Amino acid sequence: MTLFNELVAFLSESANWSGSRGIPVRIGEHVLYTVVALAAAFAVAFPIGLLIGHTGRGAFLAINIGNAARAVPTFGVLILVVLLAGLGFLPVLVALVILGIPPILTSTYAGIRGVEGSTVIAARSMGMTERNMLLKVELPIALPTVIAGLRSATLQIVSTATIAAYVALGGLGRFVIDGQQQRDYGKMAAGAVLVAALAIAFDLLWGLVDRVVVSPGVSGRLPRTRRARDADSPPPTTGTTPTDPLTPEPAGRPT
Amino acid sequence: MIEFESVTKRYDDGTVAVDGLSLVAANGEITVLVGPSGCGKTTSLRMINRTIDVTSGTISVDGQDIASTDAVTLRRNIGYVIQHAGLFPHRTIVDNIATVPHLLGWDKKRSKGVALELMERVGLSTALATRYPAQLSGGQQQRVGVARALAADPPMLLMDEPFSAVDPVVRESLQDEFLRLQQELGKTIVFVTHDIDEAIKLGDQVAVMQVGGTLAQFAPPAELLSKPANDFVAGFIGRDRGYRGLSFVGAEGLPVHERSTVAVGASEDDVRQATGDDDHVLVLDTERHPVGWLPVNGQADISPERLLALGTTFTPAQTLRAALDGALASPTGEAVCVDGDGRFVGVVSHGEIAEHLQTAGRQAG
Repeated sequence: MTLFNELVAFLSESANWSGSRGIPVRIGEHVLYTVVALAAAFAVAFPIGLLIGHTGRGAFLAINIGNAARAVPTFGVLILVVLLAGLGFLPVLVALVILGIPPILTSTYAGIRGVEGSTVIAARSMGMTERNMLLKVELPIALPTVIAGLRSATLQIVSTATIAAYVALGGLGRFVIDGQQQRDYGKMAAGAVLVAALAIAFDLLWGLVDRVVVSPGVSGRLPRTRRARDADSPPPTTGTTPTDPLTPEPAGRPT
Repeated sequence: MIEFESVTKRYDDGTVAVDGLSLVAANGEITVLVGPSGCGKTTSLRMINRTIDVTSGTISVDGQDIASTDAVTLRRNIGYVIQHAGLFPHRTIVDNIATVPHLLGWDKKRSKGVALELMERVGLSTALATRYPAQLSGGQQQRVGVARALAADPPMLLMDEPFSAVDPVVRESLQDEFLRLQQELGKTIVFVTHDIDEAIKLGDQVAVMQVGGTLAQFAPPAELLSKPANDFVAGFIGRDRGYRGLSFVGAEGLPVHERSTVAVGASEDDVRQATGDDDHVLVLDTERHPVGWLPVNGQADISPERLLALGTTFTPAQTLRAALDGALASPTGEAVCVDGDGRFVGVVSHGEIAEHLQTAGRQAG
């Protein structure tokens, strides 16, 4: 039997779709780990990114810590925290949060930094408070970049949440690890395929969020027929395309 | 009234951007700060609304030292227009214009009403209200920038090179409309530009600043052209200073006089009779609007293809610059004067314009 046939056999076996060890439960666990880790990473990285983006202070430190965190081996962190704190959800969470912070931090920072100077000066000169400027001008303009960072953090967390199974937790990693131990390659492959499918689902979801929350004036998703055709001068392109080298590459925005 | 008193701006690294600046921007007037890059003109402007802090000296607005005011309140009372407009790309045009009304907590209906009214005032179709800045041309964006600055009807406006990012044709029409708007509104305006022609065209008073942040001269444009304070100012104003100075002398005193004319469709005899010894005759249409010059040279062929272009005409309400330009462009050396409806009044030669200038100069001096 080929691997593909084993995979299909595993996925079409109805027993695998029910019970406390079934696919739906594992997906639920996987989603839970991802969402909790993402929320925690966001809670840490987003305010810091906003603050250093707006003030320009502490950028060097934050970006370097962010980059250093990228280099930390996730599996190493997991084992370390397990040794320190014992088995449980906490070590998994810490490892995943550390993974999620850098893309969110750098993209938030870069998005805010990327807002045109004249726009910021105009906002301040109009008599906006600093808080108003940040939340009502800079953030809405930076949103596509911020969301791109969240997408890339989500992708990394979803794929890495597989390691939760190493420390006796659930999630789709169970199929991979159990499959390996039982030499059930269909099960292993099913785990991998389901993780990939979940990652794609999350990415589509972010694409949807992007469409809903980003202003058409920023995303450039404007009806073609309504574009200015006046003789004055050619309309400038939206000024929000991030040029900052720190900006993570947007993960395939739908066009 | 905005008053600078020995204002200096020194940055932490020791650079002096503005050095001992003292000047008064009078109420209802356009005061232009002009100078090369690095002369501190934008810094001076931004110190007025406290987006840059003064190092020493005081700036007062209507007699009150701005250092003792709340910066946010101060800014909401002073309109601000920036180069490239600085519009908020995520907001529609109408919301951009209503920014300060929103901040001041006006109700939505009133804010929107004011915004739509201002769109018309600055020459924008209200059909653009729900568009986003990216859908507008550079010139339109700049108009939105002006409307946004005027939304809460502040008594003062600060304008930082508002027209420099658009092409020359659009710039000129924006400048003309800006002057027309100012005639209606009578705001106290401080206007920054690096373009001396713009400064001369728009300013009631012009402050020429030089690198190092010092004031080289503060004077009305005509005086700047006729009596530059030093070599820097003379050099900055550049060529054609004398000719450009003519823009500030009215044409109403010129000795405009009659000359031979014929109507369109006149016979050869009429032409011969009207012309006498002249080389050219001016052709008028039935409404007495000048059409062009007809060279005679002894013969009286009046076929339309021999008609020479009229060149420019001027009205007594215009300036000597327009009159002289008309004379220089005319085949006979005579500028054609018309009334407000474009009807022929008379002619004046460049010799007579020069003579008039000399007499006028003697009287003025």
